[in-house]
Amino acid sequence: MAPRLILYIARALFAAGIVAMAAAPFLFGANHVVLLTEFMSMLVLAIMWNLLAGYADIVTVGQHAYVGVGAYAFFGFAALLDWNPYLSIPLAGLVAFVIAVPTMALVFRLRTAYLAIGTWVVAELLMLAAGKLNAWGGGSGTSVPISIILSFGRARAERLANIYWLAFGLAAVAMLATYFLLRSRIGIGLTAMRDNEEGAAAIGVNITYARILCFLGTAPFLGMAGAIITLQKLRIAPPASFSIIDWTVFIIFNVVIGGIGSFEGPIIGTIVYFLLRQYLAGLGAWHLILLGSFSIIVILIEKRGLWGLIRRGLGDDLIPIAHRPSAAFDGAAKPNISAASDNRR
Amino acid sequence: MTAVWANQLLQGVMLGGLYTLFAIGLSLSAGVMRFVNIAHGDFIVLTCYALLLLTTLLGLNPVVATLIVLPVAFLFGFGLQRFLLQRVVGENVLLVILVTFALSIIIENGLLGGFGADPQKVSGGWMETETVALGDGINVGLFQIVTFVAAVALVAVLDLLLYRTNIGAKIRAVSDDVAAANLIGLSSVRIYAIAMGITFVTIGIAAGFVSIWTNFDPASGPTRLLVAFEVIVMGGLGSLWGSLAGGIVLGLAQAVGGQFDIAWQIMAGHIVFLIVLAIRPQGLFPKY
Repeated sequence: MAPRLILYIARALFAAGIVAMAAAPFLFGANHVVLLTEFMSMLVLAIMWNLLAGYADIVTVGQHAYVGVGAYAFFGFAALLDWNPYLSIPLAGLVAFVIAVPTMALVFRLRTAYLAIGTWVVAELLMLAAGKLNAWGGGSGTSVPISIILSFGRARAERLANIYWLAFGLAAVAMLATYFLLRSRIGIGLTAMRDNEEGAAAIGVNITYARILCFLGTAPFLGMAGAIITLQKLRIAPPASFSIIDWTVFIIFNVVIGGIGSFEGPIIGTIVYFLLRQYLAGLGAWHLILLGSFSIIVILIEKRGLWGLIRRGLGDDLIPIAHRPSAAFDGAAKPNISAASDNRR
Repeated sequence: MTAVWANQLLQGVMLGGLYTLFAIGLSLSAGVMRFVNIAHGDFIVLTCYALLLLTTLLGLNPVVATLIVLPVAFLFGFGLQRFLLQRVVGENVLLVILVTFALSIIIENGLLGGFGADPQKVSGGWMETETVALGDGINVGLFQIVTFVAAVALVAVLDLLLYRTNIGAKIRAVSDDVAAANLIGLSSVRIYAIAMGITFVTIGIAAGFVSIWTNFDPASGPTRLLVAFEVIVMGGLGSLWGSLAGGIVLGLAQAVGGQFDIAWQIMAGHIVFLIVLAIRPQGLFPKY
C-alpha cells in the first residue's frame, strides 16, 4: 500500500507542478520567469532527443542543426519579410521540417554511430552555410530588431510572460504529442524496438516507418524551440544559434542523467540541471567535465538514470505510458505491479 | 595559372595523406569493434598536447617525442578498452556512443582548463620549411611528402598486420563473429583491447604529423573526428586502402573549394562527402 500512496502523491505533485508552471508569470518575479522560459525551451529539446535516442534508436549529435535553422528561419520571416512574429514561429518549425526531409534521406543510409556523426556533419554544414547569409549578418550574426521584440508586449513584464507562455505551450504540446505517440500503435512498436530490435521486426513492427516518423516529427519542435530561444537571446549568430554545447551536449547529459528511454527522464534531467546550474556555472571548464563524468558513471551503474533509481522506489511510471493487460486477462487475482514493470529492457 | 592549380591539387593530395592518418585508427576500431569512437579526434588533439609538452619542456626532437608517445598510446588504448569501453560494448550501441561522447567533452574541457583556448603548434624545425621543386613552378613541402608517404606506409603495414599475421587473423575472427570467436577459445576481451591499443598507436602517429602540420586548440578534436569519419565512409567502411582514396578525395575537395574562397574549403569537403553518400553509400571501395 505504501508505495502506491507515494506514487499517488508523486503524481499529485507533478500535476500541481504543471498547474504552477501554467500560471508562472502570475506567481513568480521577472528573473524567475526568464529562467523558466529557458527551462521550457531546454525541456523541449530534451524531450525530442530522448524520443529519438531513447525510443527510435536514432542517436543524433546534430540536434543543434534544427535549433539553428529555426532561429534563422524565424529571423527571416519576422525581420526580413516582416511577417507576423507569432506566425513566424510555426513557420520556422516548418522550415526545420523541410530541411529534415533531405537530411533524413541522406543520413538514414548510415546506421547507429555512423548516423550519429552523419547528423553532426549536416549540422556543421548548415552552420557554415548560415555564416554565408549576408542578410542574416554573415559570420558575426545580427540582433533581432526592437520592433519584433516589442510586438510580443510593450511592457517588459507582459513581454516576458508572453514569451514564457509560448515556451510553456511548446513544451506542453511536445509532452502531449510524445505521450500520445507512445500510447499509439507506433509507440508500442517503438517501445518494442527499444527493448529488442530484431524481436520487434520479427513480429511485424515497421521499424523504418517509425524511425522516419520520429526523425521528421522532432524537427518542427526543435525549429520552433529555436525561434523561441531567439526571442530570449535577441541575437542570431552561427556559432550561438547552432551551438552544439548548448543545444546538443547539455541536452544529452540531461537526458542521460535523468533517465534515457523514459517519459520522465528528460523532465527530471532538465530540472536537476537547472537546480545544479547555479552552483556549476562558476566552475568554468570543470562544469562540463563534471557533467560528462557523471553521465559516464550513470551509464555504467544505472543505465536508466535518476528516474530508473526513483522508479524502483515508486514501482510504477509517474505518467502511465505502458498499456497493461486487464486483470481478467492477466489471470492473477492481484496484478503484481513491480514484476510487470521490471520487464523493460 | 596552371601552376597555381597544379600546386593546389598536389596540396590536396598531400592533405589527403594527413586525413588518411586521422582515419586509419577510426577505420580499425569501427571495423573491429563495430562502434565509432566519438572521442577519436579529441584523442588526437590530446596526444598533440602531450607532444607539445615533451618538445617544449624536455626540449625533445618531435620525432623522438612521437616515438616515446607511441608505446604509451598503445597502453592507454588497451586500458581504455579493457576497463571502460568493454563494459558497455556489445550490449547496446547507444551506450558506447554516449560514453565516448562524454569522454570527448571531458577531454576538450580538460585541455581548455589546462592549456587555455590559444592555438598551439609543435615546431618541426627544418623539416617543415624544406620544399621540393618539381619544375614549372610546382613546389611541395618536404614535410607534406613525408606525411603522405607515412600514410601509404601505415595503410600497407596495417593491411599486412590484419591479413598476414596471427594476431591479425584473431582480430578479424573476433570482428566477424564475437560469439564464434569466444567459442573456439579466443579471448575477445583481450583482442578488442589489443585492437584498441593498435588504434591508439595510429592516433599517436597521426598526432605526430598533424601537430607539426597545423595549429591545434582544445576545440579542434571534433573537426578531426568529422574528417576521419567522412574519409572512412567515403572510402568504404572497413577498407584500409579505401581510407587512402577517401582521404585524397576529401583533401582534393577542400583544396579545390579553398581555391575559390577560403571559407569554402571546409564546406566543400562536407558537400562532397554528402554527394558521395547520396550516390554511393557503400563508399568508393567497399570491403564486401
